Amino acid sequence: MLTTVYALLFYVAFVIFVGGIAYRIWEYKKTPVPLKIPTTPAPTTRVGVLWRMFKEVLFFESLWKSNKWIWIFAQLFHASLWLIIIRHLRYFLQPVPELIALAQPFGKYAGLTFVLGALGLLARRMFVARVRYISAPSDYLMLLLFLGIGISGLMMTFVTRTDVVGVKAFFLGLMTFNWQPLPNSPQLLLHLGLVALWMIIFPFSKLVHAPGVFFSPTRNAVDDPRERFYQSPVLPPIDQVPQE
Amino acid sequence: MSDLEKNAQGVTDELPQEAKEDPLYFNPEPKEGASAHIQSYKAAPEFQEPLGYPGELPPDWKERVLGKMEEMRGKVRSFRLFLDICVKCGACTDKCHYYMGTSDPKNMPVGRQDLLRSVYRRYFTLPGKWFPSLVGARELTEDVLEEWYTYYFQCSECRRCSVFCPYGIDTAEITMAAREILDSVGVGMKYTNEIIGKVFKVGNNLGLPKPALESTLEDLEEEIEEDTGVKVRIPLDEPADILLVTPSADFFAEPHIDGLIGYAKVFHATGAKWTLSSYASEAANFAMFIGSYENMRRIALRIRKAAIDLGVKRIIIGECGHAWRAAYQFLNTLAGPFDFLDPNYPVPQHICEYTWDAIQKGLLKFDKSQNDWIKLTYHDSCNVARASRMGDYPGGQFDIPRNIIKAVCNHYYEMPEGTTREETLCCGGGGGLLTDDLMELRKKGGSPRMKALKHVTEEYGVNKMAAICAICKTQFAKVMPDYGYAVDDIMSVHQLVSNAIILPGSMQEKELMGEDAENAVDAAE
Ligand code: SF4
Ligand code: SF4
Repeated sequence: MLTTVYALLFYVAFVIFVGGIAYRIWEYKKTPVPLKIPTTPAPTTRVGVLWRMFKEVLFFESLWKSNKWIWIFAQLFHASLWLIIIRHLRYFLQPVPELIALAQPFGKYAGLTFVLGALGLLARRMFVARVRYISAPSDYLMLLLFLGIGISGLMMTFVTRTDVVGVKAFFLGLMTFNWQPLPNSPQLLLHLGLVALWMIIFPFSKLVHAPGVFFSPTRNAVDDPRERFYQSPVLPPIDQVPQE
Repeated sequence: MSDLEKNAQGVTDELPQEAKEDPLYFNPEPKEGASAHIQSYKAAPEFQEPLGYPGELPPDWKERVLGKMEEMRGKVRSFRLFLDICVKCGACTDKCHYYMGTSDPKNMPVGRQDLLRSVYRRYFTLPGKWFPSLVGARELTEDVLEEWYTYYFQCSECRRCSVFCPYGIDTAEITMAAREILDSVGVGMKYTNEIIGKVFKVGNNLGLPKPALESTLEDLEEEIEEDTGVKVRIPLDEPADILLVTPSADFFAEPHIDGLIGYAKVFHATGAKWTLSSYASEAANFAMFIGSYENMRRIALRIRKAAIDLGVKRIIIGECGHAWRAAYQFLNTLAGPFDFLDPNYPVPQHICEYTWDAIQKGLLKFDKSQNDWIKLTYHDSCNVARASRMGDYPGGQFDIPRNIIKAVCNHYYEMPEGTTREETLCCGGGGGLLTDDLMELRKKGGSPRMKALKHVTEEYGVNKMAAICAICKTQFAKVMPDYGYAVDDIMSVHQLVSNAIILPGSMQEKELMGEDAENAVDAAE
């Protein structure tokens, strides 16, 4: 019964997650950019823009300029998240690639820094009046969701160990449509339930900042409006405009 | 001590310890509703209609607003994306000069975006439709419209927030969109819309017709001749190689006009064949401020037509911030391609690029000591800094004006880091807010820049500030007196050039040669 519920839940979550993100990307891609609006100084070449994006996405360059505290917590949070995701790939891959096995010890402690980062962000949200003002209930819930996922995960690693072999069998079973029983442990059920919830709300929430940042017209545009003529996709070409 | 000085003093006394250490200190705590009472005059129907907008709020305004939002969501990437991806991290919250000056949280960039985002969520996103209060979504009501009008006209579209946002969210884009939405239901701003109408009718923001322009320019020519003994022309509507398009404030306002004199002298000294156009006698493009692509294009097309009619080879833009953005980032797209112009020059060019180029080629001669009484600092104008470039590398827009200044002035000082270059603070009057009905906001929004200026005055004795923006100049002339400066302590960059330039055959040249001769005699003795 439990296995069926969770299996179906993850199928649904997966479809919404992947389909939703793909839909968002398609949506952003097809929405025209009427005029070129890079925030300058901006790179004058494509390669330069790739470099700008790289620094932005990996090192949060703009955030570094604006606020060191948010930067620290955000980096703790996101860098840990990457490690955690890499570590979790072991539950979906058989045999486990060596690189992922290598990440295992780091991934384990990344759970702690992940929770720390989320707590820092939550504290800012609660105690800095300006940030409190702009926060909706969903902004707090989002952080609580991450904390729930992180803490339930940590409990399984550091408090009561879970039958990880069984978990892996469950996920491999999902992937091959050959369902295997899900080990019954409250932390695990909570952990997986919250993860599924995260996947389901991802495309409908501010979490779309992850794919969205790549489409930001102030960051991804080359600063070359004089060198290269840009035909606006929303304005008729010049020869179709009535001259006054 | 004057009242104004006492005022300034009084404020300093109340400041906490941090304030004394940090010249840019402001109280970061939000005060809700602190600037809710500041609202610009709305446009009467007669100012709305020439721009293609309804004169007043139609009965079906709500459907129209939502329809407009739907349209923009499909047409303008920044609108849809920025409303979606803000994570409410708070990084931008203390970056807006209007927030620094008013403490009203709706003037925090994200607070300003949320005014629109809350409605967008309610009608265009699933969570907002299903759980409005959970995600901060709200119904669209007339009160909301009123609030939009208030706060979207408390943003100078300076893009400072977009520098600091991890996703580059540019509140200026949201503000422009909001103004376009408001205009589409007849809620327009008098100042901007009346001015745009004047450009359509007469050719410039001031509504100066050709004869008035002609006589102004003649007066200027006489003035230059009196000062220098050289006949420097300021041609209007003459066939030429270079079309100069400059903000119309350059024709009558101080210190703008001294800048125009500077351009004329530079063109004269380089032997350029240039002209102004009465048809395109305005570089400013206020349609950008209200986010209207159509009206922006109509204004931009005037420049194209003037260039064709006068048979010029190059287009050069005078000192103006947003006009330089409208020209640099948009002119080509709006009114190009300009394949009939000389391909050896970028279209358009900034007057500072032209002057700096001439300086590098050794075409201009200066007597820097003419500016020795000045201790100068330079204010980077928002749109020049964050929405344009000069020269051929990123950041040239910061260096070229400074290079010119350093070529003509001996005493130059930078304002504190974090208030210059890409992080420059708005003058407080940009984005279509340069109207008397917003004076309180303008003064409050200008206060962070004034603090930075005060700092260099105390530290180095700076007594003048230069800028290359018509709006900045007018705004500072109004705000600086509150801080103990004189009205004319704001200067045009080309005014400094004009002070120092030695035109061939001028009285200044003879004087200098005389001095040189005396010095030579002195040295010989
Ligand atoms: S910095 Fe950007 S993402 Fe953060 S709150 Fe401001 S607009 Fe939103
Ligand atoms: S664009 Fe400038 S004025 Fe507008 S919200 Fe951003 S920082 Fe403030």
